[in-house]
Amino acid sequence: MRAIFTNGLTREFNGLTAVDHVDLQIEKGELFGLLGPNGAGKTTLIHMLCTILPPTEGTAKVAGFDVYKEPDSVRTSIGIVFQDPSLDNRLTGKENLDFHGRVYGMSKTLREKRIDEVLKLVELEDRASALVETYSSGMKRRLEIARSFMHHPEIMFLDEPTLGLDPQTRRKIWEHIQMLNKQEKITILLTTHYMDEADYLCGRVGIIDHGRIIALDNPKKLKDQLEGDIVSLEVPQPKKYAEIFQRRKYVKEVKIVGDYLYLTVTGGEKAVPKMIDIVARRGGKVRSVGCRSPTLEDVFIRYTGRGIREEEGGIKEQMRAHVRAHMR
Amino acid sequence: MSAQAIYVLWLRDMKWFLRAKARIISTIVMPFLWLAILGMGLGAVTQIPGVGNYIDFLAPGIVAMAILFNATMTGVSVLWDRQFGFLKEILVAPVSRISIMLGRTFGGTTTSIIQGVMLLLVAGLIGAKMPGPAGFLLALLFMIVLAIGFVGLGLAIASRITDPVAFPLVINFLIMPLFFLSGAIFPLGMAPEWLRVIAYIDPVAYGVDGLRGVIIGVSEFPIWLDLAILGIFSLAMVLLGAYLFKKMSV
Repeated sequence: MRAIFTNGLTREFNGLTAVDHVDLQIEKGELFGLLGPNGAGKTTLIHMLCTILPPTEGTAKVAGFDVYKEPDSVRTSIGIVFQDPSLDNRLTGKENLDFHGRVYGMSKTLREKRIDEVLKLVELEDRASALVETYSSGMKRRLEIARSFMHHPEIMFLDEPTLGLDPQTRRKIWEHIQMLNKQEKITILLTTHYMDEADYLCGRVGIIDHGRIIALDNPKKLKDQLEGDIVSLEVPQPKKYAEIFQRRKYVKEVKIVGDYLYLTVTGGEKAVPKMIDIVARRGGKVRSVGCRSPTLEDVFIRYTGRGIREEEGGIKEQMRAHVRAHMR
Repeated sequence: MSAQAIYVLWLRDMKWFLRAKARIISTIVMPFLWLAILGMGLGAVTQIPGVGNYIDFLAPGIVAMAILFNATMTGVSVLWDRQFGFLKEILVAPVSRISIMLGRTFGGTTTSIIQGVMLLLVAGLIGAKMPGPAGFLLALLFMIVLAIGFVGLGLAIASRITDPVAFPLVINFLIMPLFFLSGAIFPLGMAPEWLRVIAYIDPVAYGVDGLRGVIIGVSEFPIWLDLAILGIFSLAMVLLGAYLFKKMSV
């Protein structure tokens, strides 16, 4: 049995298609990442899978249960960390967990034992009796993670688990996520718009854009598809050189972004001196140069023609970020 | 339905209530000012026929007022939960919406009654007539039924209105006329015909009349009739609240 199975899953909002016929199969025990820019439909997809948003079209099964027809069975099998905070700030950390344990029908002894366990795992034992409003954003996130697996779910959904956290805290959260997947054997579906996060954590990554999954494989294979290194050159007339480089055998693809040329090149380290030479011979001057192995961002650019971060900063997103900053 | 879920939602309301000292004090002070200033000010020049002292007449009405406002404002916690995201944690839990609605109803009812009782005792301290033990228990019954009805109404409104600024305005807009028409501050029996007709549609009028009946022994309608009408209203509000709660999304 698959942990998550969707068939033509679609959600529209007033004529706008947020999730567009998504077919997704996630096996038990996987740590699966959905990578895409803000507004790609990641959160909408998660909301449908965790039964709080009905699909417009298509079906989805989570832990073997239909999300629309058997929501209660789905709900007992899953744990969720929402993108935006979902704690009761006026209760203590422990009380938040106790609340959770009770609504998930856990007995008193089980609750007490489990609360201690999960608090220890996310290293919050010391602050368990403090009101959540006194927590830092990283601590709140850790508490939410602790809460989400307290009732032993088979499957966990993590919606942008490290959004807005500092690098150190992100590392910590990554460790917790890996621990849940490896030690507690929980199938995890996480969404992120950080490529390093998807790359580092996930066994398989689905790249999502405009509600569609446009590429799906393990991170290495996705990057290998690009077959080469990414060379960036800052040159005076990028258009002119783009045409010249396009004719070279070792250049697979050329993209112009502002004053920069982005080239997918086989054997990048050896190609760079040749390329600088070519520019110099035509009287030009290379102002800066970069050569690196491809990242998932490059994979995204290849499929969509634009960067994953370009779409950030919409009004709505800014407002949410603002609200988040004030509530964390 | 899950008893555990109902209980924990109630428990959460209790914890908030006990931690928010400022809230307890402010919700007591406002009706107390009404009671003290209106009671003493008007009391000096007013005698209510069949009752006597104005403050005796006013006290049950102000108890009803405290319950009315507190119970309806319970809905605000739904708005806060939505604002802070906790509503998602509740809605995604494997418990029915009915349990959630009932837990909140009991929570709001309990805090409202605590305040109603405190106000009744304060009224006694400043000289209003107090009921005997049987009257007190009956008064408690009226407070409970009144509170349940208006918590239901507050939750119903909260499931529809998502703006935390608009919510108290809507509540005041709705509750103020209900309070003024209820006969809490003047005897309906002596009001002009047209006013009386409108007042008899106001469910709060039966709450006030019933409370007055069991606290000072003077009422316009038989107490059982007050209780029956109020009971039907409360049941209707709980059903309305449950229905709208069921349809609510995050």
